Amino acid sequence: MSYKEAQKIQKTTIDDQELAAAMERERKELERTWARPSGVTGWFIDTDHKSVAKRYIVTAFVFFIFGGIEAALMRLQLARPNNHFLSPDQYNQIFTVHGTTMMFLFAVPMMTAMGIYLVPLMIGARDVAFPRLNLYGYFVYLIGGILLYTGFLLNTGPDAGWFAYVPLAGPSYSPGKRVDIWAQMITFTEISALVGAVVIIGSVFKMRAPGMSINRLPLFVWAQVVTSFMIIFAMPAVMLASSFLASDRLIDTHFFNPAEGGDAILYQHLFWFFGHPEVYIIFIPALGFISPIVIAFSRRKIFGYLALVLSLISTGFIGFGLWVHHMFATPIPQMGQSFFTAASMMISIPSGVQIFCWIATLWGGKLHIKTPLLFVLGFFAIFIIGGLTGVMLASVPLDLQIHDTFFVVAHLHYVLIGGSVFPLFGAFYYWFPKWTGRMLSERVGHWNFWLMFVGFNLVFFPMHQLGLNGMPRRVYTYLPETGWATLNLIASIGAFILAAGVLVFIINVFWARRAGEVAGDNPWAADGLEWSTTSPPPNYNFHNIPVVQGRYPLWQATPDAPVVRGLSTTKRETLVTSVLDSQPELKFDIPGPSPWPFCVALATAVTFIAGIFTPWAFLVGAILAGIALTCWFFGDPNYENRTARETGERSQPVSPPRELQPKEV
Amino acid sequence: MIQAITTKRRILGCLFALCAMLCLSSCGGIQNSINPAGPQADSLSRLWWLMFVVCTIVFVTVMIALLLALRQRTREPQFASTPILEPQPQQERRRRNAVISAVTITIIIMFFFLIVSFSAGRSLTADLAHKSGLSIELTGHQWWWEVRYQDVDASNIFTTANEIHIPVGVPVTFTLKGGDVIHSFWVPNLAGKKDLIPGKINTIWLQADKPGVYRGQCAEYCGLQHAQMALWVVAEPQDQFNAWRQNQTQTSLTPTTDSQKHGQQVFLTSTCVMCHSINGTPAGSNIGPNLTHVASRNTIAAATLANTRDHLAQWIKDSQSIKPGNKMPQNNLGDSDLQSLLDYLQSLK
Repeated sequence: MSYKEAQKIQKTTIDDQELAAAMERERKELERTWARPSGVTGWFIDTDHKSVAKRYIVTAFVFFIFGGIEAALMRLQLARPNNHFLSPDQYNQIFTVHGTTMMFLFAVPMMTAMGIYLVPLMIGARDVAFPRLNLYGYFVYLIGGILLYTGFLLNTGPDAGWFAYVPLAGPSYSPGKRVDIWAQMITFTEISALVGAVVIIGSVFKMRAPGMSINRLPLFVWAQVVTSFMIIFAMPAVMLASSFLASDRLIDTHFFNPAEGGDAILYQHLFWFFGHPEVYIIFIPALGFISPIVIAFSRRKIFGYLALVLSLISTGFIGFGLWVHHMFATPIPQMGQSFFTAASMMISIPSGVQIFCWIATLWGGKLHIKTPLLFVLGFFAIFIIGGLTGVMLASVPLDLQIHDTFFVVAHLHYVLIGGSVFPLFGAFYYWFPKWTGRMLSERVGHWNFWLMFVGFNLVFFPMHQLGLNGMPRRVYTYLPETGWATLNLIASIGAFILAAGVLVFIINVFWARRAGEVAGDNPWAADGLEWSTTSPPPNYNFHNIPVVQGRYPLWQATPDAPVVRGLSTTKRETLVTSVLDSQPELKFDIPGPSPWPFCVALATAVTFIAGIFTPWAFLVGAILAGIALTCWFFGDPNYENRTARETGERSQPVSPPRELQPKEV
Repeated sequence: MIQAITTKRRILGCLFALCAMLCLSSCGGIQNSINPAGPQADSLSRLWWLMFVVCTIVFVTVMIALLLALRQRTREPQFASTPILEPQPQQERRRRNAVISAVTITIIIMFFFLIVSFSAGRSLTADLAHKSGLSIELTGHQWWWEVRYQDVDASNIFTTANEIHIPVGVPVTFTLKGGDVIHSFWVPNLAGKKDLIPGKINTIWLQADKPGVYRGQCAEYCGLQHAQMALWVVAEPQDQFNAWRQNQTQTSLTPTTDSQKHGQQVFLTSTCVMCHSINGTPAGSNIGPNLTHVASRNTIAAATLANTRDHLAQWIKDSQSIKPGNKMPQNNLGDSDLQSLLDYLQSLK
């Protein structure tokens, strides 16, 4: 249905006063229907995408702080040569846990969380597609994180690197339970990431507001979709790697044991077939943050929407063709390696296209340099350096010199902190008003940015030089005669400036939650649908699901913009629309709060954690999960409507079928 | 506007400072990839500088474009203005042309890099088969290097550890093997790195063009003491090398003094003999480094300590305090036994 028809329908006259009263009645009903369970129980059963996402964000941020503390400890150890601040064993555990935390417990879940919070608001949906599955994903992730840190605090932290190469991580060279904890933690985060990806794809493809055809999809949502597909194709590879590793360790298989016909290089292929797309799984959502910020603060339409979308998609594809550039020092023929050199260089083209498009947008806009945009500008400066050093690393011969040195450490932090964390902090400043109803302080925000920017460059820029000067990665100490001391000291000082920047951010958040300026619905006068609802949004997101009239919904909305009517207010009902054109197809009941996702997560935890100690755990876990899943599926699907039904309150629809009538299918 | 200018200045200032730092500290160093001492490292270093210059130009250009965009800054206090949904088509076309040109230049640069990189890669590996100067088999162990000099004449084959002597101007082929876990052989002044992988054979060749000592270090994380797994490459003129090699092929010197004789007995009757070999004696285990000519080496413990009497004594008594986790046990030798053992080991030139 075109929105012109919708407009026509909307013009049907209703008496104003009667309408206002009816609307108020409807709002109250929606409140009741979508009420979130409160208290401690609520914490275990609440499926609202916003509260799940907020928990994800806070948890991931806590892990970010942990990872940062580990980084600071490493920088203290490396501040001078032959330092004895940490023992080699402590250092190896710390760098392993730092990498694992930042990749698996901070970056990926954080990006998923941003999607889970914002995607339904941006596409005009009441909730995500599978809210209970979503809740399950969160608990599995939380348990995985707790598992890793319990091990770490009990001196059983993994110590074979975040990549856990065999044979070092195999049973012969890493006895004990350290690597098992790593492998199972990977399994937990895989499950959670896959769940998040399914939830986002389902929501975006089938739950967009009418009018939001695929060519009007916000760029943030595009980024989330591409990332989700990458997760679906990348995660199985690491699942294979980590479960082969676990079975080599636990039940004496020999997948990776060269002495028994296994292959140590196979592990590297499996791991990097996931590991390289992983980088883009972290980076692409961040590209999604940049577009809305650039649009809002240059106050113009984006330059090259199509080019940006195609760049995201091609990055998603090419990202799978690069993994061998992590393995140039292994015996692979030069011709084969050159293919991966070409692919690795090729991926800089879509990245370039995006950067040029954003700069072109900035050129033609009216710039409001607020903190979110400042972080995006910082992204340009840092990420471009990281991208260019990436091109250098793509070259096989040059890589042989700088591979596994501090040059790579510098490169990956320029790409991941510059490419992901800076946009993420920009996104925090941009969407914080929507999440809490209050603004973060601009002045503190500038301090935050400059401390992080200067601190970051001070830590990581000297590392390029250290790598060229021959300092390998993952060394707990170095000799004074190597001449690496000065640059290492500079880097260590920078680390504390960077940490001060993050601290300023935390202070800003706590201050703003109590005393920040009240934001209103749309403090930036931005274009996205998420700004059309209140801050923070109601449990049901939108009183009326909007009908989208353009790529920039709020900027292009006409005063008499149509809305979707006819969805029940006494059931958790939402609209299912077609994949490409977003035509209404049917009405659909979204499941509400349920205790079973948590129970299934517990059963999963029993399976994998006890599985470290006995294979019987898989049998017990399967039975427990079977019971919990049965209850999940055969439980009351309308749990959420019980209150409404029990009170016996039934409301009449305000305006019978003159609204946008969804087709019955 | 003033603030914008100071921002620009700050950014430019940082850039200059960083570039200056990079240029200043890039020379010298015994383990430095941009201080080449051989043809391979030399070609890699030239490739590095080429890419560095091109990438710097790209970076500076993009940053200028970005800073110029900041001229569009508005002083409106609020987000009051109407958003630009239909920009002037003429300007938009100009922007489109600029973006298209920028992308085209990116593509051209990438092709240029690809070709340069491929030809540099070919020069490193192409004539590997024709390099018949000297052949060495290198095996990585946790956490030391076993070096075996190959020769058609079996009596010229010998094994040493952690110190590789090579003749200047002669290509040396290395066959790389993983003894336990994956290690990576890397002497940055001479060539790039290659992994030593259990169950696989990897090859690399390198050549030193001037005499000198170059430090190498394991570049693939290999466990607890990854940081202390280094080696030295000693490049020397051919005649010096021949003399060294001649000496290495000999069996160990027979002890002459009483103390040395007692030291040999200590060696052969204590735990030492369980792991180490000394050619010409019954000691023949290959778990630890071969000690036949241990006194001729400049360092011990995989280039962790200088090979002095004190260090050797410390290492024998309590190597765990120096390099925690290494495979050598503590040895509670009496003082006279230890001194005799040291006398003996130091005689093994």
